[in-house]
Amino acid sequence: MSADLWTALFIGILSAFVGYEVISRVPVLLHTPLMSGSNFIHGIVLVGGIVVLGLATTPLEEAIGLVAVIMGAMNVTGGYVVTERILAMFDRSKKKAGPP
Amino acid sequence: MIAWQTPLVDGVYVVAILVFILGLRSMSSPATARRGIMLAGVAMFIAVAVSVLLPGESNFALIALGVFVGGLAGWYWARVVQMTAMPQMVAIFNGMGGGAAGAIAAVELLVSLGNPVTAGLSLAGAVIGSVSIAGSIIAFLKLQGWLRSKPIVFPGQQPVNLAVLVIGVAFGGYAAYSVQAFWLLPFFLLMILFGFLFALPIGGADMPVVISLFNAFTGIAVALDGFALVNGPLGDAGYALVVAGTLVGAAGSLLTLLMAKAMNRSVGNVLFGAFGATEETGRTMAGSMKPMEADDAAVMMAYANEVIIVPGYGMAVAQAQQKVKELADLLEAKGVTVKYAIHPVAGRMPGHMNVLLAEAGISYDKLFDRDEINSEFPNVDVALVIGANDVVNPAAHRQGSPLFGMPILDVDQAHNVLVIKRGQGKGFAGIENDLFYKDNTHLLYGDAQQVVAKLVAALKKSS
Repeated sequence: MSADLWTALFIGILSAFVGYEVISRVPVLLHTPLMSGSNFIHGIVLVGGIVVLGLATTPLEEAIGLVAVIMGAMNVTGGYVVTERILAMFDRSKKKAGPP
Repeated sequence: MIAWQTPLVDGVYVVAILVFILGLRSMSSPATARRGIMLAGVAMFIAVAVSVLLPGESNFALIALGVFVGGLAGWYWARVVQMTAMPQMVAIFNGMGGGAAGAIAAVELLVSLGNPVTAGLSLAGAVIGSVSIAGSIIAFLKLQGWLRSKPIVFPGQQPVNLAVLVIGVAFGGYAAYSVQAFWLLPFFLLMILFGFLFALPIGGADMPVVISLFNAFTGIAVALDGFALVNGPLGDAGYALVVAGTLVGAAGSLLTLLMAKAMNRSVGNVLFGAFGATEETGRTMAGSMKPMEADDAAVMMAYANEVIIVPGYGMAVAQAQQKVKELADLLEAKGVTVKYAIHPVAGRMPGHMNVLLAEAGISYDKLFDRDEINSEFPNVDVALVIGANDVVNPAAHRQGSPLFGMPILDVDQAHNVLVIKRGQGKGFAGIENDLFYKDNTHLLYGDAQQVVAKLVAALKKSS
């Protein structure tokens, strides 16, 4: 195993604790946007797709890489739009309830 | 010499990760959540854009094509879909992420099958990514109603599933061992088959657990891909995947456990239990189900001091949330206090009811968690249950019941209970609900939207 991989492992462990800490404060009210928002954040997979497609050399690699990029792009835009739509509703519901 | 692009891209990734964490943190309050996700969106956009600058890349036309096609499809689909279809949307976009993770792992395997570390990490990422996309597709089909949402079971299901998994992984292991890419084909096919089989026996009401579990799976698959990438030529992008993937993996796992806990079942039981139809034998219900006319129910609520509305999946199916808001407005105009009691697993995804009520424009400070509101039921005049069943079943307090121990909303403590229900059927768990037979419970039969509309009409008439 390369030194880089060990570094990644350290970072990964710390990220797991950050994820746990950050999420445990989210109220039940926002569980859907939380899930949908984290759905959007794993859309970072698109970056991985771009890298493998960018380095692909054979037609097979390019084809699979293209599939990865298409799916990753769907994940990231769909996840973002869904989250944004849900949060926009919570915004609105607060405004309507306010004193006139 | 390091090309100038590399530090720039790395710097962008670092900032993007920071914004992602802050964005998730902003989800702890509805006031900050929207700004947080918008910032995360900008950070993601820049992180994706600079990724093409990494040295050694080509195929830019294909990259542009893929981003354009996938981005447009995701954007369009997420825009046009109805709010009521949100659970299946979350499921399918999550599945896309899992599929992307599986495809990246496939390319990594093709490129570096001979490297045991990269191959091992990629195989792991491929397994979880494939299960995530295939399982999410089943979840999507069930939520969309294109596949029946009851558990789909057949004899010997668990041994068959296990065999598919083991044989599939063996193909993958052999591919890496023999460095023959051909064996990756049966590996991927069997992994996708396993994902389908895995999700089939899971029923509709267990979807909150399953959707967040697949979300966690995709996060973990992305992180594993990241580890494999770190080991390769453009490792910088790998770190971004490791951090973001692990964040989501941890968050999703935590949410999964919370959901399972809200049903008093282990995650294993949800996944492999094929819950339902385990009614205690020889149990007879005391009392009877008493129907009530909408006019009488409206009067009862109009003269109450406080009404607590308990929404369930039935409200979502009937799309009654707008009518519920109308009803609540009328009651409030008469001086009645209206609150909403929300069970964490009501509906088909975590927080489903909150989203629907917010869609109808109901202020979120009227929505209460089980823990916040449960002690209020003994003092409340009317509890109006709309299409909820298992989450209000007092059998959960009785030893020996299959529901025993499930944290429920103690609706049965209210002075009067009104239940809107489509028919006399049982809930998802297939267990009779004692609540419906209680002396102070009355039932309003019919589609939730129509019944609430009748209540609204009756209230308007009387005022």
